[in-house]
Amino acid sequence: MPSIRFRLNGVETDIDADPDQSLLAVLRGQLGMTGSHFGCGVGECGACNVMVGDHTVTACDTPLWSVANKDVTTIEGLGNAQNPHPLQHAFIAEQALQCGYCVSGILMSAAALLHRNPHPTDADVRAALDRNLCRCGSHNRMVRAVLRAAAEMQAR
Amino acid sequence: MTDKVPSPSAPQLPPSLAANPILSSWIHLSPEGQVTLSPGKVEIGQGIVTALAQIAADELDVDIARVRTVRASTAGSPNEGVTSGSLSVQQSGRAVRHACAEIRQIFLRAAADRLGVKADVLDIVDGTISGPGNIRTSYWELASEVSLDRHATPGAVPKPAARRSLAGNSVQRLDIPDKVFAHPRFIHDFPLPGMLHGRVLRSELSHAALVELNEDGARKIAGLVAIMRDGNFAGVISETETGAEAALGALRKGATWSSRENLPDEDGLAEWQKAQRAELTVIASKAAPQPSENKRTIRRQYTRPYIAHGSIAPSCAMAQWNGDRVWVWTHSQGVYLLRADLALVLKLPVENITVEHMEGAGCYGHNGADDVALDAVLLAKAAGGRPVRVQWSRADEMSHTPFGAAMTIEIEADLDAKDEIVTWRHNIWSNGHTARPGRADLPTLLAATELAKPFPRAIATNPLRASGGGADRNSIPLYDFPSWQIESHRLTTMPIRTSALRTLGAQGNVFAIESFLDELAAERGEDPVTFRLRHLSDQRAQDVIRAVASRANWKPAKRDGTGYGLGFARYKNTGAYCAVIAEVEGADDIRVKRLTIAVDVGEAINPDGVINQIEGGAIQATSWVLKERVRFDHARITSDSWSEYLILRFSEVPQVQVELISRPAMEPVGAGEAAHGPVTAAIASAVFDALGVRVRNLPITRERLIAAMEQAS
Repeated sequence: MPSIRFRLNGVETDIDADPDQSLLAVLRGQLGMTGSHFGCGVGECGACNVMVGDHTVTACDTPLWSVANKDVTTIEGLGNAQNPHPLQHAFIAEQALQCGYCVSGILMSAAALLHRNPHPTDADVRAALDRNLCRCGSHNRMVRAVLRAAAEMQAR
Repeated sequence: MTDKVPSPSAPQLPPSLAANPILSSWIHLSPEGQVTLSPGKVEIGQGIVTALAQIAADELDVDIARVRTVRASTAGSPNEGVTSGSLSVQQSGRAVRHACAEIRQIFLRAAADRLGVKADVLDIVDGTISGPGNIRTSYWELASEVSLDRHATPGAVPKPAARRSLAGNSVQRLDIPDKVFAHPRFIHDFPLPGMLHGRVLRSELSHAALVELNEDGARKIAGLVAIMRDGNFAGVISETETGAEAALGALRKGATWSSRENLPDEDGLAEWQKAQRAELTVIASKAAPQPSENKRTIRRQYTRPYIAHGSIAPSCAMAQWNGDRVWVWTHSQGVYLLRADLALVLKLPVENITVEHMEGAGCYGHNGADDVALDAVLLAKAAGGRPVRVQWSRADEMSHTPFGAAMTIEIEADLDAKDEIVTWRHNIWSNGHTARPGRADLPTLLAATELAKPFPRAIATNPLRASGGGADRNSIPLYDFPSWQIESHRLTTMPIRTSALRTLGAQGNVFAIESFLDELAAERGEDPVTFRLRHLSDQRAQDVIRAVASRANWKPAKRDGTGYGLGFARYKNTGAYCAVIAEVEGADDIRVKRLTIAVDVGEAINPDGVINQIEGGAIQATSWVLKERVRFDHARITSDSWSEYLILRFSEVPQVQVELISRPAMEPVGAGEAAHGPVTAAIASAVFDALGVRVRNLPITRERLIAAMEQAS
């Protein structure tokens, strides 16, 4: 098997795997990182969203070879309980979920948005999250949380 | 000697506690200072873990941080049936509150004995029990001496509302940090040691027969452990998930199927439903005190389509055999009920099967959670004692799980000379609204119908009226009409599999009743708010309608292309009161701009949690109304992906404002399903207000609007 090298959450990572495998399968399987979720397998729901460089991609239909030598950020790299990303902090403050299965993908879409647009409007946030599906109906709370995180990052 | 019969006024245990009376099965206090809560209800994204922890912490007088909740398992949890019907707080909450009140008393007595004082001079603060003169002990000191392996008794009195410090206040949900930091909580994210991966081969055809299966291709896939076939049930097990997917793909190429089911015409569902064999039930019949003059009769028909649960996570389960015993991990809503069905299929005593709950994504009713558990149990037979994890594909999730039943509802009203309603007739044609496992001597699990010795397919039925009913849920008007006749026709054929979806029949019935009232009010030229208030004697019903009308400034001035509509219901006629005003805009494509909602759930244990549930229900209902319809041809479900089964997206979601009417002294009732019916009706009436077109067939899509306009002209 060929070895593929990329930076995963800032760490140089070498992986021996079929380059045609999906990035999601490698993350959840070989790398044991289960924060990115499988939802549909064809890039239609966003539950598996990760960042490649500054952009969001659906990891379920992103082949491993396409991230060679690139920066991949997953939910595990966004922040943690000790050092939360403002988005994570804001999602807790706004209680912005119900079941939470879609949330890791939504946080990654939101992180990419704030990276390219630190002052988003309500409509900007909705447009950025439009390819993420949420079935519990927590959309408005999530939008509020993203706007709150943007304001918080601005105040820092 | 005669048996002692309790007098009617004697205090009684809450039903869940009466069914599971041993206190230690609910609560354990440890010397280390922890409270372990073991409810029979499960977390499905509704926040029940937090609400129950609030109740326990309040009654016991401990900090909520000490309360840890264990997941339900047939290995020891109280059997609370199924987590559904907005009953978690109502049933489990009452049991926990009562059990904790009694446990507090038991510990106070033990502390009084140890300290040599009377119990009534003692006080409890965060588990520390103290009294005059600085005497003190604690739950934790006494924990090893006080046994809770005893029956609950009806005498314990929970605290009055005013003395609760947590229940009634918004607290942050305990499960949310894990979910935001991606700590594993979902069943999908818990690999077991030595775990294999399984996949089941299912045809895109409904209820298909597997005519031929060439296994050669699949056998060549690296990592393959076993191929299993039992009649029309076939699947693979592999060392890896990608290996299982690849083997499944190869097996699919070698499979030949034949169709055994003829699905109805999706555009002629109402006619088809009315022509099917059905079981007729008279739901309610009320005769007028005196006959009145009937001047004219108005009749309308309303329909809703089959609706998919559409969980964002595909159904998943794990199973592991050890000899003739099997352990099952599942996101089922009822671990004991699933166990009962597994026992029927496996022909094993229930003691040989342990079913343990793990969180899944929001399920919104009976989806594939139970089906995939049987899949995992069957495949794991070929795993040599290793655990097997099975996950469904998105396509299987959207086509092989049960759907919420399509409904055809006809309402007829006789009006007198003043156009007042004198008689009301409501008829429902629908498949049953539940085929949950564990309730009959026939298993309802999908694979049970696929085995070489198959079980017949269980035809969905309707829960009894005492449980809120099924197709007939909310079909009896809350309005004071002088007479009515309510009938339900349950289809006894079921080409499209149906079972419980949030609200069961309530969404359809409330849509029909409220739309019809709106039509009658319009006919009379009467304001729909006034019209409803005039027919409602229930004060709490009036209060939510008045509250929402005031909050939405009813009725805002008319602008072109904008409309407002009202919807109201009390869920199950016994649960939460909810009134909704919808604001819509648009011409071809309807956009719901705003939903203003007033709700009364009695005591709100976690007010922000209630608001979260109402908002979520309102947005989900908006999605059902504007977009959702299971599509099919004569052989298969065709809406088997998110591009074929559309749901509401972020840019389409309305603003939602919720006003909670606080009733701390009233019994708490659930909020998860209260908004669906009223939101549906409010949107439909707002569309009429905006466009002058009454859409009586859901969903309100561009095509349906055009059809309704053509019908009107």
